[in-house]
Amino acid sequence: MFETLSHAALQEYWWAIMSLLGGFLVFLLFVQGGQTLLYTLGKTETERTLLVNSLGRKWEFTFTTLVTFGGAFFASFPLFYSTSFGGAYWVWIIILFCFVIQAVAYEYRSKPNNVFGSGTYENFLFINGALGTFLLGVAVATFFTGSKFSVDFSNITHASDTAISRWETGTHGLEALLNLQNLALGLAVFFLARVLAILYFMNNVEEENIGKRARKHLILNAVPFVLFFLFFVIRLLLIKGFAVDPVSGEVSLEPYKYLHNLIQVPVLAVLFLGGTALVLFGIIRPVLKTTTAGIWFAGTGTVLVVFSLFALAGYNHTAYYPSTFDLQSSLTIHNSSSSKYTLTAMSYVSLLVPVVFAYIFIAWRSINNKKIDTGEVKNESHVY
Amino acid sequence: MVENIDLSLVDWSRGQFALTAIYHWIFVPLTLGLSFILAIMETIYVRTGREEWKRITKFWMTLFGVNFAIGVATGIILEFEFGTNWSNYSWFVGDIFGAPLAIEGIMAFFLESTFIAVMFFGWNKVGKKFHLTSTWLVAIGANLSALWILVANAWMQYPVGTQFNPDLARNEMMNFWDVFLSPVAVNKFIHTITSGFVLGSLFVVGVSSWFLLKKRESGMAKKSILVASIFGLVSGLMLVYSGDGSARLIARIQPVKFASLEGLYKGREGAGLLAFGILIPAKETSGRKIHEVKLKLEIPNLLSYMATGSWKAYVPGIHDLIDGNAERGIMPAQEKMKRGLVARETLAAMKESRDKGDTAAYQALKAKFYDKDFMENYFSYFGYSFLNEPGSLVPNVPLTFYSFHLMVGLGFYFLLLFFVFIVLVWFNKLDNKRILLWLAVFTIPLAYVASEAGWIVAELGRQPWVVQDLLPTVAAVSHINASSVQVTFLLFAFIFTGLLIAEIGIMIKQIKIGPKEGGK
Ligand code: HDD
Ligand code: HEM
Ligand code: HEM
Repeated sequence: MFETLSHAALQEYWWAIMSLLGGFLVFLLFVQGGQTLLYTLGKTETERTLLVNSLGRKWEFTFTTLVTFGGAFFASFPLFYSTSFGGAYWVWIIILFCFVIQAVAYEYRSKPNNVFGSGTYENFLFINGALGTFLLGVAVATFFTGSKFSVDFSNITHASDTAISRWETGTHGLEALLNLQNLALGLAVFFLARVLAILYFMNNVEEENIGKRARKHLILNAVPFVLFFLFFVIRLLLIKGFAVDPVSGEVSLEPYKYLHNLIQVPVLAVLFLGGTALVLFGIIRPVLKTTTAGIWFAGTGTVLVVFSLFALAGYNHTAYYPSTFDLQSSLTIHNSSSSKYTLTAMSYVSLLVPVVFAYIFIAWRSINNKKIDTGEVKNESHVY
Repeated sequence: MVENIDLSLVDWSRGQFALTAIYHWIFVPLTLGLSFILAIMETIYVRTGREEWKRITKFWMTLFGVNFAIGVATGIILEFEFGTNWSNYSWFVGDIFGAPLAIEGIMAFFLESTFIAVMFFGWNKVGKKFHLTSTWLVAIGANLSALWILVANAWMQYPVGTQFNPDLARNEMMNFWDVFLSPVAVNKFIHTITSGFVLGSLFVVGVSSWFLLKKRESGMAKKSILVASIFGLVSGLMLVYSGDGSARLIARIQPVKFASLEGLYKGREGAGLLAFGILIPAKETSGRKIHEVKLKLEIPNLLSYMATGSWKAYVPGIHDLIDGNAERGIMPAQEKMKRGLVARETLAAMKESRDKGDTAAYQALKAKFYDKDFMENYFSYFGYSFLNEPGSLVPNVPLTFYSFHLMVGLGFYFLLLFFVFIVLVWFNKLDNKRILLWLAVFTIPLAYVASEAGWIVAELGRQPWVVQDLLPTVAAVSHINASSVQVTFLLFAFIFTGLLIAEIGIMIKQIKIGPKEGGK
């Protein structure tokens, strides 16, 4: 069935998958957000244990989604993998490092004889939550603001230095931190993760004091999120974007490119605005009413917003990973993808995704059908 | 050849990959083996309904959890390191290599991480059958993740099912099934997972022996020993069988590695297999450092048999493979370097004519890359064109040699140990065999030694190749400075060592605590 699709159609299909994975990844960053709130929302040891255990049953999903996001990017757009990871070396290494220390933190935090003490593992969780979310946001922002790199396939034929992709700044990715727009998206993702975490706790933890504090901190985190996000979006609509000529493949700067994309592909505008509305609704509802279901709205909204941001970057003849050093080195979904054969084979694999969703749903429901409370943590044989 | 490339960059990048891979592999085999042992134990619990088996399962499950977390922590680095440190490689073969990595995420990691939650938190929440199914799915998920990463690794050792695309300067997948079902992949998968099963079994036997020595939990210990040593013996037989299969394949596809395994410099007919030997540095021959095997204990003709299936057959040595051997029809490495260069210069000329707009010349040069003769006689040596001298084709012979012999020797020792334990447990004669019990405790680290040695054989033995014959490490590395990689190397060395210490601390403590009462 996928054999009948053209190479271009497969590339678009895979960009949609990457966008969707990106959306889920950002939604699942609520785990990271929660890790930065342990001491804000939990004032006693028992309360913190409750919070850690509530997150601890979900952290693997975020982690695995990140790993799968990486693997799928490698399989579908390998030129991005080699250009960005090898180039923006420091940003990616720091992000990875944040996830390395997270992976052991839950399991080791409360175990006797854990050598470094539970405080260390809680710090690991905090670092992962704060730095990990922020830097992922910054990295995604460079999809719009660009980086300084060059790509030249003929380098492999040279007698010296055969590298095809080259980063043209010595700071290897850290320079992205000097761009206000990148910082804005980084901070927006950081606060969004905290907002989502609070909504998640409201829905998952049964404890009065935590509930009260959560309500208060919801607003405290929602306001900076909205401000940073607005800053990012308004600038995005005003800046020049990286347009690709559909015939020659030539990349040029086009004023209001991303605004044009929204107008020319109305579906994206609908998804983007609808997603934003859902996020805001998810935040406001629990503030006004005593409901705990905000996470479902804000979560769905997050997936839609991030999906449409990726789509804005990649579709409608746009270069999704632009080079400000050499415009023609910019990556588009067409010049950076795998071969038609590989994309076709991988498309069959993508049919497994609904199966994965289905069993995740069944497994979650089976162990999560009621909120977690102090009684449960006391009686459980496996606690974090 | 590649000038101006900072060799210390290549070395640090190799060092970092080796460091992180070796750390990952400390934790992975226990996950592979213990997950199945848990599943077997829980099956016995569900079948017999005896609470004792639930308690046993839960005890090993706690240890499994401690080990699993750090396996995940070390794995994520490896995956992204292909991009961060081997970026040229990621483009050159990403069209093939990326796919198994992605499939691993979708098919294996999600399975594992979803059902691990049910396995740990579901005891009081889901039915017995559902719980048991989850435990099995964790084991299957873990071993599926091994499958896909090994398919990827096997492809690097034996690149099949691809075609070079000269416009994009990369290799493209032509046939997924050739990649997936390559004999190297199949064999490697069996050998590697069974090595994990053996290691997991030795872990259970060793820890249980400690309980017997301390006169604690004798019931649990003996039951665990019985399950683990039967599982270990069966897996061990498959391990040895598939190891032999690996050697046979290497003889065909990676002859330099094969010769290094045995320290064979000069080819021979009816070559023998060394059961024991020591390598002593000897006088330079053919302008390169060599080693001589002393104190050798040789099984006549067996090497020839292993390599080819015939007792008298000729096995080429390192000198023959590098300097060539006209009599045996072996091409010298110099010649391969020349031919590789022809392929690379053809590619350069093709680009140039395209840039100049000379379409006819461009088409003619491009056609060569779709010409069978050119591909077989020139392009298949593409990677040799990056080498500075033929000597760089020789891996570290002593390390490969000793690792191989250590692994094989330990393999037979493990089989014997499992057999003895099965017999003694069966006749209930284990309790006061203190020496034997201590031996089992001290065999745990040996299992790790054998297992890491296997990867050293596989990976060091194939140097300088990242992709056999097509891409050496010097041409695969990212365009970064050596000092950056140096810093990240130290960073990972520091954090992984710290985490390993914590893991061992927690593990030992959990073992000392022992199974909790009432199976809580
Ligand atoms: C999927 C591929 C793959 C897999 C499963 C492994 N490796 Fe590997 N290994 C490579 C792919 C690779 C590589 C990318 O090809 C490297 C990096 C540079 C090189 O020469 O090969 C490498 C290098 C490399 C080196 C350094 C050799 C040298 O530079 O001299 C060692 C010691 C290991 N590996 C050991 C391991 C261990 C212990 C593994 C077990 C988990 C392992 N490798 C799995
Ligand atoms: C260079 C190659 C490798 C890469 C890139 C890699 C990648 C990874 C990653 C990213 C994870 C964490 C996944 C998660 O989110 O749960 C992981 C875990 C795992 N890997 Fe690897 N891996 C490599 C080698 C191997 C090998 C050779 C095996 C087995 C034969 C293996 C088996 C496993 C298993 C069983 C896990 C589950 C966690 C655990 O170990 O406890 N990996 N690997
Ligand atoms: C008697 C038996 C054994 C033989 C003949 C044998 C043979 C081999 C050979 C030839 C390789 C290299 C494969 C390659 O380069 O592609 C290898 C790799 C390996 N061996 Fe063994 N081995 C034996 C026992 C063991 C034992 C006891 C363990 C561990 C408990 C082990 C673990 C490994 C591992 C992890 C690898 C790397 C994965 C691979 O390349 O398949 N082996 N073995």
